[in-house]
Amino acid sequence: MNAPSRRALGARSEAAAERPGAGRLAAALPFLLVLAAAAAVPLAGNDYWTLIATRAAIYWILVSGLNLVVGFAGQLAIGYVALLLVGAYTTSVLAAGTVLPPVPALAALACAGGVGALFGVVVGLPALRLRTFYFAMTTLGFATIVTQVALAWQDVTGGGVGIAGPEMPAPFETRVGFYGFCLGGAVLCTWMTLNVAGSRHGRALVALRDADVAAEAVGVSKPRLLVAVFLFAGAVAAVAGGLFASLQTYITPDAFTFDLSLLFFIAVLIGGRGSVLGPLIGTVVLTILPEVAAPLAAWSTFLYAALLLVIVVAVPGGIADLLDRARRRPLPAGRTIAPRPAALAELIAGGHRPAPIALEGVRLSFGAVRAIDGLDLTLRPGSVHGLIGPNGSGKTTTLNVISGYYRPQAGTVGLGPRPLLDAPREARAALGIARTFQTPRIVGEASVIENVMLGGGVRARATLAESLLALPRHRADERALREAARLALRAVGLDGLDDARAGRLQHSELRFLEIARALMIRPAFLLLDEPAAGLSAHEIKRLGILIRAVAGQGVGVLLVEHHADLIFDICHEVTVLNLGRVLASGTPAEIRSHKEVVSAYLGA
Amino acid sequence: MLASILASGLAVGAVYALIGITYNTMFSTSRVMSFTAGQLGMLGGVLGSLFGLRLGLPWPLALLLTLAAGALVGVVTEFVAVRPVLRSLDQHLYVLSTLALALMLQQVTAITWSTEPQPFPRLLGGFGEDVLDEKFWLPVAACALVVAGLELLYRRTLVGHAFLAVAEDNFAARALGLPERRLRVMSFALAGAVGALAGYSGGELLLAFFANGPHLNFYGFIPVALGGLGNNRGAVIGGLVLGLFQQAANFAVGGIFASVAVFTMFIVVLLAAPQGLLGSATARRV
Repeated sequence: MNAPSRRALGARSEAAAERPGAGRLAAALPFLLVLAAAAAVPLAGNDYWTLIATRAAIYWILVSGLNLVVGFAGQLAIGYVALLLVGAYTTSVLAAGTVLPPVPALAALACAGGVGALFGVVVGLPALRLRTFYFAMTTLGFATIVTQVALAWQDVTGGGVGIAGPEMPAPFETRVGFYGFCLGGAVLCTWMTLNVAGSRHGRALVALRDADVAAEAVGVSKPRLLVAVFLFAGAVAAVAGGLFASLQTYITPDAFTFDLSLLFFIAVLIGGRGSVLGPLIGTVVLTILPEVAAPLAAWSTFLYAALLLVIVVAVPGGIADLLDRARRRPLPAGRTIAPRPAALAELIAGGHRPAPIALEGVRLSFGAVRAIDGLDLTLRPGSVHGLIGPNGSGKTTTLNVISGYYRPQAGTVGLGPRPLLDAPREARAALGIARTFQTPRIVGEASVIENVMLGGGVRARATLAESLLALPRHRADERALREAARLALRAVGLDGLDDARAGRLQHSELRFLEIARALMIRPAFLLLDEPAAGLSAHEIKRLGILIRAVAGQGVGVLLVEHHADLIFDICHEVTVLNLGRVLASGTPAEIRSHKEVVSAYLGA
Repeated sequence: MLASILASGLAVGAVYALIGITYNTMFSTSRVMSFTAGQLGMLGGVLGSLFGLRLGLPWPLALLLTLAAGALVGVVTEFVAVRPVLRSLDQHLYVLSTLALALMLQQVTAITWSTEPQPFPRLLGGFGEDVLDEKFWLPVAACALVVAGLELLYRRTLVGHAFLAVAEDNFAARALGLPERRLRVMSFALAGAVGALAGYSGGELLLAFFANGPHLNFYGFIPVALGGLGNNRGAVIGGLVLGLFQQAANFAVGGIFASVAVFTMFIVVLLAAPQGLLGSATARRV
């Protein structure tokens, strides 16, 4: 697709960074404009405005990290003022030398970053187990506790009397010098979060937010990823706290009101989830708002809250959504899905070549319902294995057992000699087991190619730290993933839609998109859960050709389906389930003439 | 000493339990946990003081007006922060919409009422002393009354049965022809009144203070989280235990460490049992 159809915003804009010239400039332009405006502030000669701009820069340093937590990962951390406080006190106490010998201000700031990273994880950890409201409450509770501790721990923090903020060394001790320092930090944070947004980590975060089940299926480890992000967000928040203390020159626990927490949080939401530019604009606007409307200062919390309500109810996409014109451009009409299996060889080549998957005596009940009742099944590499049966016969449950979403009460599941049941489900992808879902689980707000690239995460090697700094391994990963994703899209027949928003595709296209994502794993086994549901007769035929071609590359396919025609056309082996047991199994020809199957399921 | 810990512990515990019931009542018909629960408690105190002390109305009238105002706030919550969100795809947005409304309520109170704690009127007066003072037993009595009332409502009345039906399975309830939306509005009105009663009955303990909201939000949520969402019995037991634990810790190690202790206990228990100690298992994901 050509340049204008590309999103010129946030997470999506980083895609453009891969392409030369105009695209990259168009993506960077809004950021450069904001930077130019920021750099021009001291020229106005008004000290007060420099002060406000400094504050905005400091807030953005915090919000840039929080944006990854709230905007990308979708974790409702509403108490981030706690980390600002931790950073402010750590820096001030270290610089003042009340506990240890005094440390230079910049070193104290770095220490605060370390302490903040630690606290960031502590605040964030509950998110690994708790959802939405619960997590929001724990961060809120944490914010309250930290303020109370700061008040009570008088020997160190000075209690209610407070403590002097750190003094920055030359040349950052003047108002303009300090502003330059903070602005530099803000630019660095913007650059780093943009890098993450455009990396596999950014895509995985958004996937955890919008399609967590799919994220697990492609091997995203939620705990590891979230902890890494909490480390980063905590560190930058605490550094922002140190700068904040320096700006205030004197801090007391009163300075860290819940209003500030609210400002940070709302800045992200007003900006729009999954964008970097939006929250940046949101932060600047919210910082300036009470200043330009001085009589409103007392009402600022009310104003923030009202804004939040309006955003949630009326414009859930935030500023980013309003600025994004490409999103409203119509997709080409009359599209057809034309898989090109020739691309498969290149895509899957060099993948796994393992032993078969074997299920033996698997039993699984939900309460009194026996979903699977003593099932034996073998999936062989290079063969298409059909799994059919009436509703409730245990087909999808079997698929979920293999891919690790359900744990059977009895029986074994093994990949060759290796037992599978003890491995967590997010480890399946690395073993070469890929799957699709009965209802497609995709990230609607991300582009088609980003959804596909998500699938290749297990093959990428750069850590979050490398992505933050755009180190060579990160760039190599991204190049390889993008190339493979293009190949996968060509293989399933969705090329030309790379940059379209996935949420705008038709249902049938989403089914093929899921297959493309699964192929990115270079799977040894591909588990398809009713891939033909909702497809036209034409599309089913093409799906059949694609599946046969995938198996032709040595991949073992498990096909859970209701379309008997498709099953009998393409399967090498068919297993018929009824009430959780094998009713019959054999070649399509044998099944077709099996008396019980015909009477129970296929009909005359 | 023990007597006073018991008295104050049960008293604040009863207030927490009532806020917990407020959460539950709203949750049961809407699957929404609303940040306005704590603010309703705050408003109960502030409005009680406004009607009873500043306007000098007799206490039964002041109570009635306070409850009515609470019910109104409940209904407003449903219309402004819950209904639009339940219509949207991402229903988790209720966390944000109810937070926004809660903050607006708090800020309006701060500006139009006062930012300092204001006294709350004596209601009955001269009836019991020390640990038997009305400020200790009023919340407990209110809590008992609400629990008994809700029990009657749910078991004996048609509306109560309808509430239970919607709480159990709101699709099935709608298929039966129950006016699910109207029932939801009614449950929010009921929750509003319960929340306001919590603040009113605990007014002499907590005073009429605009910042009580977040405090009550948090301490009212703990029994709900630990007892399991929608479980009123869990909320009452949890609330009373929490109140006693908090007052005992307050006495033993002082206020700040008591808060830290409560918070730590809350996090640890919740991480060990995310569904609450009396809650049920998670829904299926795939």
